[in-house]
Amino acid sequence: MDSTRLTPIFSLAALFSLWIVAALLTNDAQILPAPWSLVPGFQTEIASGDLLRHLGATLVRVLWAFALAMTFGTALGLAMGRSDRVNRWLDPWLVIFLNLPALVLIVLCYLWIGLTEAAAIIAVTLNKVPNVATVVREGARALDPALDAMAQVYRLGRWTRMRHVILPQLAPFVAAAARSGVAVIWKIVLVVEFLGRSSGIGFQIHLYFQLFDVAMVLVYALSFICVMLLAEWFLIQPWERRTARWRRA
Amino acid sequence: MVSHPTVGAADSALASRVICVNLRGKKYGDTPVLGPISFDVAAGESIALVGPSGVGKSTLLRIVAGIDPRFDGTVSRPEKMAIAFQEPTLLPWRSAVQNLTLIHADLTRARALEALDSVGLGSKADLFPGQLSLGQQRRLSLARAFAGRPHVLIMDEPFASLDADTADAMLALTEALIVAHRPALLFVTHSMDEASRLAQRVLVLQPGPGGAVLS
Repeated sequence: MDSTRLTPIFSLAALFSLWIVAALLTNDAQILPAPWSLVPGFQTEIASGDLLRHLGATLVRVLWAFALAMTFGTALGLAMGRSDRVNRWLDPWLVIFLNLPALVLIVLCYLWIGLTEAAAIIAVTLNKVPNVATVVREGARALDPALDAMAQVYRLGRWTRMRHVILPQLAPFVAAAARSGVAVIWKIVLVVEFLGRSSGIGFQIHLYFQLFDVAMVLVYALSFICVMLLAEWFLIQPWERRTARWRRA
Repeated sequence: MVSHPTVGAADSALASRVICVNLRGKKYGDTPVLGPISFDVAAGESIALVGPSGVGKSTLLRIVAGIDPRFDGTVSRPEKMAIAFQEPTLLPWRSAVQNLTLIHADLTRARALEALDSVGLGSKADLFPGQLSLGQQRRLSLARAFAGRPHVLIMDEPFASLDADTADAMLALTEALIVAHRPALLFVTHSMDEASRLAQRVLVLQPGPGGAVLS
């Protein structure tokens, strides 16, 4: 096997080794347990069904917030990138929302809407929309005007133009926004759950934080990281490969 | 015949004329680029537009094609138009045959393959444009233009940046396709050879104090 393909495995092994060394040096499972000491807690949570239930709750929130943030962020970024007028009006809003701490939006959503599922998802969505819009706006500014002119002369319909002319040009930008979006959204979802939900990984981390159980905090956090890695490998990367196959041809 | 929002209705007396241009002027900011320009293009007629570099030939072509709506005057044009730019301007993420079928919604795959065959790309139907040479991409662009059976074909220096042999081959191919499909043709060129081979009439655009005009 090509050594460059093994590099990520070596890199992860190094991180794992560092964790083991740190755990041995700390020599206190309440501060930093060794990797193997997480196994019993993991088995217990799997057996009871708690881990899957809370993983599912977080995953649903991540998916909703991701879908909403990508939809609204892409539409907003496209409109801002295509129209100077829209950009002049909305750019100050974008700057404000980009600099608004996630915690402020979460607290305000809970205060205004209540401690509900809708408030949680809206808070996460509002946190992510400005990032997606900013990235997609750059893509929209880089759209090829010659292709626009071609589409105009051949009178392509709105949907055909969007699907076959505009979106393929935006694909690298949408992919970049999606990748960073997934990473950021699930972290914000955890905060949302920590502050105001009674299910999800964030809620469980809050619970074990109060019990000062570092091992269980790590069990839940690492479990969700694994889920996100699987999504990256089996959903995002294959989609990216599919949309970019014409570049490699 | 359809009208652009800034375009006047075509006079029924001019029914055989597929394009009627009556331009009062075109400015970029306060700078006049084009002055008063009027001409018609009859069905099946081929017109070359020549003139010095930077005089506004491409600007006039974009106005006629409906790409640039910011001008003073009226232009009437048919619904079915095609364009070939200096660059092939293909969809690089779609295959050669999809570059025809997606652009012309009523075009079947079988007819698209025939169109590709007519430009010598029948065996390249499933390749992406990036897998074709520049000459082949230009031919694909021509196939796309003719596949829609346009009433008017507009070309902006379509043979520029090709070597002499390829340009000659492209010119011959374009001549054959024009004979086969009989669209009206309006094209910009710097080459009198291209103009004499393709055009029945030559319009010369020359600079003037109030913007370029036809001499």
